[in-house]
Amino acid sequence: MGKYGKFAVLMAIIVGSLLWLATSTVASSKTYYVTIAELHKLGNNAATRRVRVGGDVQKDSIVRGSGTVRFNLVQEAMILPVVYEGRDPLPDTFKDGAQALAGGRLDGAGVFHAQEVQAKCASKYAPKPGEAPDGLQKKMLPAEGSRSAL
Amino acid sequence: MENVGALALLLAFCISLYAIVASVVGRLKRKPFLTLSGERAMLAVWFLVTVASGILVYSLLTGDYRMAYVASHTNRDMPPFYKFAAWWGGQEGSLLFWSFLLSTYGAVVIFTTRRSHRNLLPWVVAILSTIQLFFLTLNAFVVSPFQVLAVDRVVTSVADGMGLNPLLQYWAMVIHPPFLYLGYVGFAVPFAFAIASLIEKAPGDSWIHTTRRWTLVTWLFQSTGVALGSAWAYHVLGWGGYWMWDPVENASILPWFAGTAFLHSVMMQEKKGMMKVWNMVLVSTTFFLCIFGTFLTRSGIVSSVHAFAESPIGKYFVSFLALGIAATIWLILSRLNYLKSEAELESVVSRESSFLFNNLILLASCFAVLWGTLFPVITEKLSNEKISLDAIWFNRLMVPIGLFLLFLTGVGPLFAWRRTSIDSLRKNFQLPGIGTLIVAGALLIGGMRYPYSIISLSLCFFVAATIVMEFFRGSRAISEKMNIGFLPAVVELTHRNTRRYGGYLVHMGIVLMFIGYSGHPFNQTSIGEVDKGSVMQVGAYTLKVMDLTEGDTPNYQWETAILDVSKNGKHIDTLEPTRRFYKAAQQATAIVALRSRLNEDLYINYAARTGDKATLQAYVFPLVDWIWIGVLVLIGGTLVALVPAKVARSYARTEVVGMAKKNVSVEA
Repeated sequence: MGKYGKFAVLMAIIVGSLLWLATSTVASSKTYYVTIAELHKLGNNAATRRVRVGGDVQKDSIVRGSGTVRFNLVQEAMILPVVYEGRDPLPDTFKDGAQALAGGRLDGAGVFHAQEVQAKCASKYAPKPGEAPDGLQKKMLPAEGSRSAL
Repeated sequence: MENVGALALLLAFCISLYAIVASVVGRLKRKPFLTLSGERAMLAVWFLVTVASGILVYSLLTGDYRMAYVASHTNRDMPPFYKFAAWWGGQEGSLLFWSFLLSTYGAVVIFTTRRSHRNLLPWVVAILSTIQLFFLTLNAFVVSPFQVLAVDRVVTSVADGMGLNPLLQYWAMVIHPPFLYLGYVGFAVPFAFAIASLIEKAPGDSWIHTTRRWTLVTWLFQSTGVALGSAWAYHVLGWGGYWMWDPVENASILPWFAGTAFLHSVMMQEKKGMMKVWNMVLVSTTFFLCIFGTFLTRSGIVSSVHAFAESPIGKYFVSFLALGIAATIWLILSRLNYLKSEAELESVVSRESSFLFNNLILLASCFAVLWGTLFPVITEKLSNEKISLDAIWFNRLMVPIGLFLLFLTGVGPLFAWRRTSIDSLRKNFQLPGIGTLIVAGALLIGGMRYPYSIISLSLCFFVAATIVMEFFRGSRAISEKMNIGFLPAVVELTHRNTRRYGGYLVHMGIVLMFIGYSGHPFNQTSIGEVDKGSVMQVGAYTLKVMDLTEGDTPNYQWETAILDVSKNGKHIDTLEPTRRFYKAAQQATAIVALRSRLNEDLYINYAARTGDKATLQAYVFPLVDWIWIGVLVLIGGTLVALVPAKVARSYARTEVVGMAKKNVSVEA
């Protein structure tokens, strides 16, 4: 075998094993991002798939029980009841109105069992384009003509 | 005030445009005064962007709450240090910061190379100005940092700002973005020189020689930036992780992989005139990944899972990347003749081949991380389902890749150029090889059952042994020849070829970091609610809650749990994990208590308080300190490599090493 043949074989082995590693793990590691509406449409699939669903934590919906925390996620007027059963305490950013991302599975009764919850006060730190941050009054949007001198 | 700032940015935009036109036309028509005016224009841009930045910083420090940026990123009671840092704390400010760094780098380039590279400089100016033009477009027209708050076109101010995210109010986080940005922006310069020499068909490798230090400094900034981010996550986020394959983290590591590959593969070009096309591809890849990284972190496409393409600046970045990449590819293809290799690969067991595999692996990891990060975007486009890959996937893939790289770190530098003889293989690898097997055996017998940890620790020993042997052999030869002590001989050896031995030190830093990573499977966790006066057990430690206290400052309220830490019944320490509630941001955050030792860290997060009960998360993290020590060694090694070598480089490469080896074989 020529020297380039040897290089080719070695590289093929390396790239091949990486590809194998990459593809074989996808199945066990993939998580579906869905909206609440999509979650309900998934039907039976929802129970078997690992899903991450996002939404805002409904105001006054957080009920802390022993070992579990119940709350509702709201997204485009759809409400999803969630039971958090994870081991770690919920993050500090998790509170009324926070944007949360719950990872887990939907049960037959339409309750979402979350093993992990990520939360951030998106409304606070990164106002969506064209929307004012919470603390500022809505009408006090940066005005269009405010680069006034120009 | 803000009008002056906005005007400065607009002027800078126009002058950048002028710099591009003047440089290109001046070079093509051979009009030196025109190119000179292009250079001056770039200095003017620096002045204008600095003025704009100064105004923004001044407004942040004095709390001009008429301005939208100031109101949403600072508040009155924030320490001035953090007010200053708010410059790069938000999207608008950080894009201005990018422009500022780029124009500063541009000014430095003009001052350092204005005499030596008259033919390349106009193109460099044009390319840097094009990049600048892109960022100034964003700054001046799309996301201006100088917007003011207004009600019905009447400028208004708010009483107080919203403050900086409390998680970011930590020293490492304050200096992390500047370092990362210095690294991101810095790669624009080697890229500009590479493209300039392509356009000019400049003979030789002058762009590599000119930008060698530059690349290394930039790489140092990037490494430090990534490490600071990792350290911040570990010390602040309260769960003790230092890397989680989060898209934003991935954005910072991608250009680092490509840049590391570039640093290695330019040696092939310098030494052998090989891989010319490849180096062009690598330096361009690194640069575009830097832009892509800025895009990922700044556009918000990853901050919310459902906002992947909704960001206002997203389409600008995508267009800039697409145009830039297309132009670069076209340029490289049209100059293939000029990039012909001067030598061929000769053997699989050679320095060339180890560089080749190093590059292959680094680029593969780059591609893998990129693929994993963009997986949700790709699947959404292909199947309308948004699927993400979590840390498990990244670890499955990246741990073996990392270990293979570690192995290459050990063998690569000891392979000879062209081909390696069996004799030299035995001489270099027999002792470390046997030692490595002994270490692996000892770990197995000692009861370690995690294959990756065993492999990692044995490889660490292997690489460390080869590095120590290199230093030892070279120093012994010098100490005998010059009749000086062993330690001065080590210094002399390093000084003779700083790049080589500095590089070994960097490798040593990597080894120490891998020792730290190997401790990961042995982490211990204990989470629970503990009454005042009760105890909690984690690993060998017993934690007793002595008291729960609280207090108030203008910026935040705090609660502290005072814990008595004992081991085997003996009191060893008192730890005080704290929670803070920041008033302006209405946000709680934890200040973790850490008892850091070389063998393991005891890490306690005070998660919540209910009456007289404290919810504590206690962890034991073995070997984590070695990661940070490794980072320091890596930084030190890079600094050593930046010191000019005592012996001219070409001489040092062949002669010093040859001499050392000759002496060894004579003795043997």
